[in-house]
Amino acid sequence: MTVFSRAECCAIAIAEVFRGDGEVLVSPIGTLPMIGARLAKATFAPDLLMTDGVAPLVANVLPVSGDDRPEPVIEGWLPYRAVFDLLWSGRRHVMMGATQIDRYGNQNIACIGDYAQPKAQLLGMRGAPGNTINHPTSYWVPNHSAKVFVEQVDVVTGIGYDRAAALGPRASRFHEIRRVVSNLGVFDFETPDHRMRLASVHPGVTVEEVREQTGFELVVPEAVPETRAPTGDELRLLRDVIDPEGFGGREVVG
Amino acid sequence: MDKRTTLSEAVAELRDGMTVGIGGWGSRRKPMAIVREILRSPLRDLTIVSYGGPDVGLLCATGKARKVAYGFVSLDSIPLEPHFRAARQQGRIETFELDEGMFQWGLYAAATRLPFLPTRAGLGSDVMRVNPELRTVRSPYDDEEELVAMPALELDVAFIHMNRADIHGNGQFLGPDPYFDDLFCGAAKRRFMTCERLIRTEDLLAEGTIHTLKINRTMVDGVIETPNGAHFTECPPDYGRDEAFQREYAATAKDPDAWKRFVETYLSLESEEAYQQAVRSR
Repeated sequence: MTVFSRAECCAIAIAEVFRGDGEVLVSPIGTLPMIGARLAKATFAPDLLMTDGVAPLVANVLPVSGDDRPEPVIEGWLPYRAVFDLLWSGRRHVMMGATQIDRYGNQNIACIGDYAQPKAQLLGMRGAPGNTINHPTSYWVPNHSAKVFVEQVDVVTGIGYDRAAALGPRASRFHEIRRVVSNLGVFDFETPDHRMRLASVHPGVTVEEVREQTGFELVVPEAVPETRAPTGDELRLLRDVIDPEGFGGREVVG
Repeated sequence: MDKRTTLSEAVAELRDGMTVGIGGWGSRRKPMAIVREILRSPLRDLTIVSYGGPDVGLLCATGKARKVAYGFVSLDSIPLEPHFRAARQQGRIETFELDEGMFQWGLYAAATRLPFLPTRAGLGSDVMRVNPELRTVRSPYDDEEELVAMPALELDVAFIHMNRADIHGNGQFLGPDPYFDDLFCGAAKRRFMTCERLIRTEDLLAEGTIHTLKINRTMVDGVIETPNGAHFTECPPDYGRDEAFQREYAATAKDPDAWKRFVETYLSLESEEAYQQAVRSR
């Protein structure tokens, strides 16, 4: 059996989030999301559109180190204004981080504590409200704990299924939280009332461990599968092409 | 028309309590020479409207800003702007925190003289809770969809920084992204453009294609040549971000003595020239 790291397992789980998306803009925020999205594009999702992190759209698969080898093949130009146009059209799937997330997928990246005078000011709303109401959104949490997976988030930046449902079917028709990938497992919302469900645990992680590290009651099916292992070809791409320096391993806990 | 002016003349037009728009994005192509000129002035109680970077951090740290309208405040390579964080965590500033796209829509509404523009962005999120002044609007057509009515972000003055400009107020960006600088100008009553280099109108196509001429002279009232004027933010292709300087700036947020030294060394100087000299000689 091939030996692989937790970070490589997370990269596979993240890549799988984009399977079947077809020709959409993928905006992966964070190192492992970038690695996972590039792996998806290099393998089973070749039609994904991606920038180099700034405005140029890059056709080929580059290392996440920012190395200019191989030479980038520029296929287009997507300044921020065009990103907004595109995201409002719905042809996008974003993977954002979450300092807090709750059972319905409400995300907080704005601040912790009282809004008027927060204990910790974070990024701000960024594009989260617009992203979540307009196109599929997934989340990446490299440090799964009960401080991140909380009963209630302090500020709702990206909206979850309960908030979307309250808006009614018309306003929420483009809302979809596809999946949450953490350093412990993969989570989806495929339950009758869209509560977060444990979809798989990464190899070496127990269901009990995930429960203990989650601050709300997860939906846990009777049999929880393991996150799939990388193929030899995927490992070669990760190690030789996309992340030879191992940046992904520095982001993930465990 | 020759629209050349100076940093001090431009900032002299500001009054306490005005709403000031600042172009660029995060720690990218910010009109920092203007920000530094504001820091040298006695101005106070400003409302700052910005895709925020160190412009917001500096104006908060020095007590110039009373309120900030933003979608985020970030130094890019340092994700959280520490001086802005300190101001928020000490409850020193008011906020008008928006989704990034709502922010653009607000500028666009102001630039096109509309009271608001409808958008789906913000619905269901706490943007609506923390800004109770925001309203929704119902589509007058058969769909009757309810949308956020993003109000116009009207500015008293806007400041932007371009790579090249002529004396008439035509401006050129040579980097990868024009950001929303044209909308900042459109949303403002008075508009000032700093630039890395003033060139002849005949030379505007020497370094970039026609598509890089994003700012035309109807959008600008005053032009100021400020070489290295976006420092320490990036201004490609002229220069990248001064990461060492940015780290030094960021570190001062948690160390009052270091902040005092930073102010004395770089911000309490009599002019932009003196600042640039201090940066060169460090």
